Amino acid sequence: MTPVHLAALAAPQLLLAGASLVLLVVGAFRPKAIRLVAGLGVLSLLAAVGVVAIEPLGRAFGGDLVADQGAAFAEAVIYLASAAAILLGQPWFARRGQARFEFPILILIAALGMGMMCRAADLISLFVAIELQSLSLYILAAFEKSDGKSAEAGLKYFVLGALSTGIMLYGVSLIYGFAGGTSFARIAAAVAHGASGGVLFGLVFLICGLAFKVSAAPFHMWTPDVYEGAPTPVVGFFAGAPKLAAMVLLARVLTESFGPALAQWRQILVVMAILSVAVGALAGLRQSNLKRLWAYSSIASIGYALIGLAAGGPEGVQAMLVYMTLYVVDVTGFFACLAALAREGRPLESFADVSGLVRQRPGLAVAMTVFALSGLGLPPFSGLWGKFYVFKAAISAGLAPAAVAALIGSVVAAYYYLRLVKVMWLDAPEGQIDAPPAEAAGLAYAAAFFVFPVVLIALMALDPAARAAALALVQG
Amino acid sequence: MTIGLDHYLAVAAILFTIGVFGIFVNRRNVIVILMSIELILLAVNINLVAFSTFLHDVVGQIFALFVLTVAAAEAAVGLAILVTFFRWRGDIAVDDASMMKG
Repeated sequence: MTPVHLAALAAPQLLLAGASLVLLVVGAFRPKAIRLVAGLGVLSLLAAVGVVAIEPLGRAFGGDLVADQGAAFAEAVIYLASAAAILLGQPWFARRGQARFEFPILILIAALGMGMMCRAADLISLFVAIELQSLSLYILAAFEKSDGKSAEAGLKYFVLGALSTGIMLYGVSLIYGFAGGTSFARIAAAVAHGASGGVLFGLVFLICGLAFKVSAAPFHMWTPDVYEGAPTPVVGFFAGAPKLAAMVLLARVLTESFGPALAQWRQILVVMAILSVAVGALAGLRQSNLKRLWAYSSIASIGYALIGLAAGGPEGVQAMLVYMTLYVVDVTGFFACLAALAREGRPLESFADVSGLVRQRPGLAVAMTVFALSGLGLPPFSGLWGKFYVFKAAISAGLAPAAVAALIGSVVAAYYYLRLVKVMWLDAPEGQIDAPPAEAAGLAYAAAFFVFPVVLIALMALDPAARAAALALVQG
Repeated sequence: MTIGLDHYLAVAAILFTIGVFGIFVNRRNVIVILMSIELILLAVNINLVAFSTFLHDVVGQIFALFVLTVAAAEAAVGLAILVTFFRWRGDIAVDDASMMKG
């Protein structure tokens, strides 16, 4: 395999790595050129989406990185979400006098790590990709220097993230030892005739470590604190793309390497999924802070995605991919709304803050209503279609009880989604709300427009693309 | 008595347990938490190198080098975040990290 061929197989990663290094030098010499760095960052992410669409498929670097439809599908979504995070975040920090050129570069590096997570087919590249992503996210959580909460969020995220990395690595070391190799293909060969106790022990640790990263219960305790403290545009980024990347990685590990051990890992995933939906629904009832509330909402969403994954097979993985893609749009749009709303420069974060919003900012109130109803899974919004795919996969895999439990969870969660709608539409407004910044409002409207009605057309393209991606992920 | 793979794995398991307990039981100092994380990563490295020797496969040792490198980067990021935290609180006690609860 020639170097050119190798480079073509890892082209989006090379592009993003090159772009982040060049932009770092630009920023170091011209610290004031923040808008330029942010603009170039967005452009390189969009270029990466283009490269993903046209690059050849195959395995590079001795099978450590694999370019297939599964990676391409997830990467396109992740890079677009990262570009949205820069568009949303850079002006947000600028309004607070906190703009620094490192912000777009950190998003770029995190996107690079997430892209590698989607492609990793070896335990070493898995570990390096996750760390590349996590280390950037720790810094982003603590990025707002004018707020003590941000530093505390960064510290909590770092401590629990590092613990989860340690737990995951311990599992990885056991899998390496008992399977006799680090590549996913090698592990699959070792597991083909029944997994040994040592490998399964390692797998449990690996799943626990990844569950921390996607904030599935019972490993969710960092999520509400970090979401409350971290800067709003950063939270919008956290809640979407990294979880999709971790779910794709989990899908690849479980189906490609541990396919024969389906019966064992399915139990773990189903328990985590039901716990996540329950925690997300019940703990969300007591919240008054919207960022905290959406943390619990995202925990519940991960529960649904895990049910899809637990169903296994191409259908289950396809359900997970469709669900997560629609969820990423939903959550990005919701946090764009929050980033757009402020009263005399102070961000609106609680139920009381947004009361009567519809009388002052009807556009944003409608957008937030759309996101809340979509999160609840009401027709005809996108959340319903994601849940539809998940339940269909779960029932055909014989996981109907889990699907019913998840459905009960979303009935309970309806309380807080509808409460948000009620507060915005029926309660009396208090105080004047600042004019929303164009980029945040624009992003919120675009996402709301996607959630309904664009999704009905987009699903026609999303369905076959996700099916091809799922087949590639499952067959390895 | 010959020292076999089991002994190395037992040492690593003990170190790992001490590290995890160090994070959950410790209620005083963030630096102690950072030390516990290093302890967990060292347990992983012992595992990797022991397996590498007993499998006659060099990949485990390469993996251990990756873990060491990333652990250094992780400690750097962690200490940097700790410095910004200290600037706000003037203290690094774990109990103080409680602006957000619920």
